[in-house]
Amino acid sequence: MRAVLTSLILTDFRSYDRASLTTHGRTTYLFGPNGAGKTNLLEAISFLTPGRGLRGAPAPEVGRRLPGETRGRAWAVSAAIGGDEGEAQVGTGLEAPDALRRSVRIEGEAVPPGRLSDIIRLVWLTPQQDRLFLDGAADRRRFFDRLVFAAEPVHATHVAAYDKAMRERNAVLAAEAPDPVWLDALEARMAQSGVAMAQARALTLEALQAEIDARHDRPFPRGRLSLSGDFGAGFEPLELTRLFAQARGRDAAAGRTLSGPHRGDLEVVHQVRDRPAAECSTGEQKALILNLVLAQASRLSRVISEPNPVILLDEVAAHLDQSRRAALFDEIEALGLQAFLTGTDQSLFEELKGRALGVRVEEGQLTPLED
Amino acid sequence: MAASAGPEIERLIALLAKLPGLGPRSARRAALTLLKRKDQLLTPLAQALAEASEKVVTCTTCGSLDTRNPCAICSDPNRDSGLICVVEEVGALWALERAGAYAGRYHVLGGLLSALDGRGPEALRVEGLVARAASVREVILALPATVDGQTTAHYLADRLGATPVTMLARGLPVGGDIDWLDDGTIAQAMRARRPA
Repeated sequence: MRAVLTSLILTDFRSYDRASLTTHGRTTYLFGPNGAGKTNLLEAISFLTPGRGLRGAPAPEVGRRLPGETRGRAWAVSAAIGGDEGEAQVGTGLEAPDALRRSVRIEGEAVPPGRLSDIIRLVWLTPQQDRLFLDGAADRRRFFDRLVFAAEPVHATHVAAYDKAMRERNAVLAAEAPDPVWLDALEARMAQSGVAMAQARALTLEALQAEIDARHDRPFPRGRLSLSGDFGAGFEPLELTRLFAQARGRDAAAGRTLSGPHRGDLEVVHQVRDRPAAECSTGEQKALILNLVLAQASRLSRVISEPNPVILLDEVAAHLDQSRRAALFDEIEALGLQAFLTGTDQSLFEELKGRALGVRVEEGQLTPLED
Repeated sequence: MAASAGPEIERLIALLAKLPGLGPRSARRAALTLLKRKDQLLTPLAQALAEASEKVVTCTTCGSLDTRNPCAICSDPNRDSGLICVVEEVGALWALERAGAYAGRYHVLGGLLSALDGRGPEALRVEGLVARAASVREVILALPATVDGQTTAHYLADRLGATPVTMLARGLPVGGDIDWLDDGTIAQAMRARRPA
C-alpha cells in the first residue's frame, strides 16, 4: 500500500522554531553543515510512528529549549501522508510542556499512537547503529526485535510478557525458600511467551535472509544471518518449562536467568569473505547493516495490505564509495519507496539530481532546491 | 497548596485526595461541594461513612465485604455451593454480580502474585481457597489477562490439585467489531473458537 510523506510542519521541535517542507512524496536529500538540524528533521519524521523516535528520546525532551529555559516547550509535528485513497493528515506532539506523553491525531481525532502504523511505517539507519556488530548482544537483540515487530506488532507483547515473568522469577528465586509452585507458574508463562518470541524471530530471520539472497547482483555485501543462543525456536513450551525448572539452582546462585530466548543474539557473517561481521572493516560493517535495513524495507513493502515503509538514512551516503552510493540510490528507486537521506555535502547527492528533491538545511531553515 | 482554608478543611482535602481517581485539585473541588451542600451531602455522607466503618466486615469465608459474616452470598441457600469463582478483588465480584450470569459462591484473593511487589502466596487468601475447594465440583478462575493474572491462575490450578479448575474465556467482546481488536485478542479468539 502506497505511503509517502507529502508535507511536513514542525513547531518548536528540537532546533526548529517553525519549519515546513513539501516533498510531494519524492525522495528527499537534506544537506547542510553539522548541527544545522538534519537529524532533527529525521527524528521529527520518526515520531510519526509509535515509540520514542530514532534517538530513543522521551517526548518531553524533544521540545525546543532556549538558553535559560529549564525544560522543552510543547511541540508538534504534523504531516500529510499520501496513500492509495488520498491524503491523511497526521499530527503528534506534546500538548503542554508538563505533559507526560505525546498525543497523536489522525484527521484531527485523538487516537492511540499504535494507530499510526495503519498509515505510515518507517525503517531507519543512524550512525549510532554503525557499531551494531561491535556493541553488546543486548543492543543487537533490541535492533533485531524492532525489525521483528515492524511486521508483527504482537511480538512486542510477547517480549514484554516474557520479560515481566522473568523478572518475577528472578525475584522469587532470590527468596530464602523459593516457592516451587509459584516458580512453576512463572516458568510456564516464560515458556509460552518465549516460544512465541523465538518463533517470530526465526520467521523474520528467514524473510530477511530471502531478501538479502535475492539481491546477489548488488554491490552491497550480503550477510548470512543466524540467531545464536540456547532455547531458541523449535522448542515446545513444555520442554522450555522443564529446562527453566532444571536451571533454578544455577539461576538462583547467579541472581538472574542465565539461559533462555532472552539471551539470543543476532549473528551476521559476510557471505563472500566468510567472516563474522565484527571482524570486517568499518566500511564493510556499515554496508552490511545498510543491506539488512534495505532488506527490511523490501520485506515490509511486500505486504500490500500494510503501508509501505519510508526509509530514513542518516549520514549514510558519506560512508559509501561512489559506486555503492549510486547503487543505494538505484536500490531506493527500484524498491519504489520514498527515502530521506542526510549528508553534510551537497556533492554526495550528485547522482540524485533530477531524481530527488534536494533541501538545504541551515540554522533551522529548510530551503528546497530548484530542479 | 492554598493556606487560606483552616486545618479541618485541609485535613478533609488531604483525605479525599487519597481516594482513587482524585488528585489534590479534584479533592479540593469535592471538599468545596461537600461543604457548600452540608445538609444534602456532607452530613449524610458522614453518617454513611460512620455506619460503614462500624458495620462492614470482611467475610471470613470468601473475603468479600458485607455487614454480616459469613456474607450474604456465602449464607444464601439458593446459591450453588458446588461452584467457587475466584476473583482478584471485591470490585470484580461486584462486576460478576451485575452481569447476573453466575449463581455460585466466590472467593476474593485480595490481590495477585507479584514477586516484584513483594506479594507472595502467603499474602493472598490461598490456603482458605484450597480448603474450600476440596468440597466443590468446580473452581472458576476469573482473573485478569495480565502476566500476574495468568501466573496466579497457573499457581492456583497447581495448588487445587484434584478439583476441576476452569478459566473465563478470552476473545471477542459482545458487540465488538473484529477489525478494531488488537492482534493478541484476535489470536486468542481464533484459538478458542467453538462449533457454531
